Amino acid sequence: MAQALSHLRICDFTGQLAGAGATRFLAAFGAQVIRIEDPVNQGRWDILRGMPPYVDERRGVEFGGPFNNHNVEKLGVTLNLRTDRGKELLRQLVAVSDVVAENFSAGVMERWGFGYEELQAIREDIIYVSNCGFGHRGPYRDFKTWGPIVQAVSGLTFSSGLPDQPPAGWGYSYMDHTGAYYMAIAILMALRHRNRTGEGQWVDLGCTEAGASLTGPAMLDYTVNGRPLRRQGSPNSNRSQFPAMAPHGIYPSQEEDTWVALSCRDERDWEAFGEVTGEAWTQEGRFSDLRGRLVGEDALDELVAGWTRTRGNFEVAALLQGAGIPATAVQRPQERIDQDPNTEAWGLWPTVQHRDMGDVRVDGLPVHFSETDWTMERGGPCLGEHNEEVFGGLLGLSADEIASLTEEGVL
Amino acid sequence: MTDPGMPQGPGALEGLRVVELCDELGMFAGKLLADMGAEVVKVEPPEGDRTRTYAPFVDDEPGPERSLYFWHYNTSKAGVTLDLGEAEGREQLRALIDRADILLQSGEAGADLDYEALRETNAGLIMVTLSPFGRGMPREDEASTDLTILAGGGPAWNCGYDDHSLPPVRGGGNQGYHTASHFAVMSALVALLYRDESGRGQHIDVNAHAAANVTTEAGTYTWLVAQETVQRQTGRHAGVNPSMPSQVECADGRYVNTGIPPRRPEAFGAVCEWLRTAGLAEEFLEFPLLEEGMRRERFDMSMLQQDEELMAIFGAGRAAMNFLAERLTAYEFFTGGQQRGFQIGIIYSPEEVLEDPHFIERGFPVEVEHPELERTVTYPGAPYQLLGSPWRIRRRAPLLGEDNERVFAELSGDAE
Repeated sequence: MAQALSHLRICDFTGQLAGAGATRFLAAFGAQVIRIEDPVNQGRWDILRGMPPYVDERRGVEFGGPFNNHNVEKLGVTLNLRTDRGKELLRQLVAVSDVVAENFSAGVMERWGFGYEELQAIREDIIYVSNCGFGHRGPYRDFKTWGPIVQAVSGLTFSSGLPDQPPAGWGYSYMDHTGAYYMAIAILMALRHRNRTGEGQWVDLGCTEAGASLTGPAMLDYTVNGRPLRRQGSPNSNRSQFPAMAPHGIYPSQEEDTWVALSCRDERDWEAFGEVTGEAWTQEGRFSDLRGRLVGEDALDELVAGWTRTRGNFEVAALLQGAGIPATAVQRPQERIDQDPNTEAWGLWPTVQHRDMGDVRVDGLPVHFSETDWTMERGGPCLGEHNEEVFGGLLGLSADEIASLTEEGVL
Repeated sequence: MTDPGMPQGPGALEGLRVVELCDELGMFAGKLLADMGAEVVKVEPPEGDRTRTYAPFVDDEPGPERSLYFWHYNTSKAGVTLDLGEAEGREQLRALIDRADILLQSGEAGADLDYEALRETNAGLIMVTLSPFGRGMPREDEASTDLTILAGGGPAWNCGYDDHSLPPVRGGGNQGYHTASHFAVMSALVALLYRDESGRGQHIDVNAHAAANVTTEAGTYTWLVAQETVQRQTGRHAGVNPSMPSQVECADGRYVNTGIPPRRPEAFGAVCEWLRTAGLAEEFLEFPLLEEGMRRERFDMSMLQQDEELMAIFGAGRAAMNFLAERLTAYEFFTGGQQRGFQIGIIYSPEEVLEDPHFIERGFPVEVEHPELERTVTYPGAPYQLLGSPWRIRRRAPLLGEDNERVFAELSGDAE
């Protein structure tokens, strides 16, 4: 199958997930993504290089499970930017790249002499995408973040929780994933703009802005109606904020810490719910319309939980789905990864080959293309794994030059 | 309408023609394209899109032009109405698709459109179908909402509280729909760049359940790599092993995320200075331990378990951050800590973001005219700043059938 982006090259300084996730997506469609890493600190710009989980007892910068997951299909080179020769080689690489992508703190690339103006001097139509928590401009440009901080400041942590409890937040870096998606979108849009106009540009991506753009209806409820999400009894994010639905929530099932989620979208769903459960309370007048169910939602939730608690969560979900009502077990990792026929049929967990770790399953993509689908076969690169391919094959250095540059600590 | 300091000029997707036939699963994808300059034509049934009946409403009064949900997700789009139950409506839809670069489809309307048939008259068409479980997949007939996508697809398992008698939590804001829409846009753009090279269009299948599954970070790869199961914890990453609490309620009742406590001598120095500046050094009884942390040349982390004083120093560092958080307002703690190098965050509610000086200076809150209501409304702004081809809300969401005349006239113009 043809690869959609095999004509593109990305000079990649990204790390963690917020950056690496963006170039990962592009690499899966054939873009040549060249990760630049520091030989002096063994690539530890990206702390995930050595972080758990691990496939076995081996530890170190070639064994971080998250790093492998986030860097599939990329090339990896080492380059010491403290040296003049290292900087010269980077200039050569930029000159043959379409995009320079990074998610350092604001100012790092400038201090190395590779801010947007310098990059543009090397290649007029370069696309430079910087991604950090607060962007490169504005009062907080020097503030530091990681996923949970981005989520806190952008309103997403607050938006996730139950009444009379502290914020539950997101139990993972939702905004590292999503910041990466916005970074990928920005890169692709900038490439489209270049195709049309011949112009490159700088994209100043601040992850907190991307996060804040994901709470729109709640913001408008405030700016139009003056109703803040921070108010008594709010938020209850297991209920449906917009549109209104009831019952709508996550309810306990028979075994400890097992749960089922269900939604009655409309009167048809509610009538079907009454038929499936056969519970007398579903026929009570106080629940006969949406308004009544919303007014009595606390009581309704208790009654629904009383019914769901008598069965297994997959059983409840199957009963309700049989009647066309949205319902699902709250799936544990094993259940959705190894036991869900849908993720299996989709091919969602491809196995890649990592030089040192061997075969490892990774996140696939939730899309399929009819002509140029994605591929994931090669694991994340080991340190300098592709120095010969890139410095030799692409930039034309001889094997002797590469050997002596490695000796000198440039590579 | 736009601040003079904000980037001007055409958006990156100027000239791109998009037809959107989407329910709430995919309509955010249309907004993302439209706010970057694409000409997105949203097709609604004559009675209006179902989401026009979704709360919240202007002044809490329902009405087809009053849904703030509809307003948010349909900025910058043109709106036309077509009765797809009638032959004429289907013909006009076909004519629209024939001149489009991208067709976005989710939900019932347009579910019967066949890509192979459409490409006969528009070979370069990129069609993106979003669905809860993917077309032809084993669970494709299951009913779903944002809640069930996030609960069945993995995110909810990771979110909630240390107390596991409380249910897992679905994060708010219909993020399951958003994630599917993000992948729809990323994919449409990949296909567009391929078409720029090859001239060839294609069909793309977007699966919302799969999108949630691959947007759960360690929840997924901890199982894939090590077959271990993460457990939810209040306000922090789900983990195989419990971690220390990281949320504190501040003096003004708002919470902060206290991040990673001091771990280096300079960080202990910064905490000492912060306590003194805040006039709290005397009151914090473990202050001498912080000073000891500041005086040590370096910490030997490998000796942590044996070095009781170092353990005490680290404990004091964490306690000092909590102590400061409880005595300052959330905003004082956030900015005071960040200015001293600590990665900490204020836990804003969404509306509070619009009033933060950083977001205001970067132009995040934007003003959009609603002339028929004689109102100017503040909307959330750019998720990214493409400085050479900027994001911009071109117009408020379309009124029902607002662009029928213009769009259908253009169609007949094309036909002539």
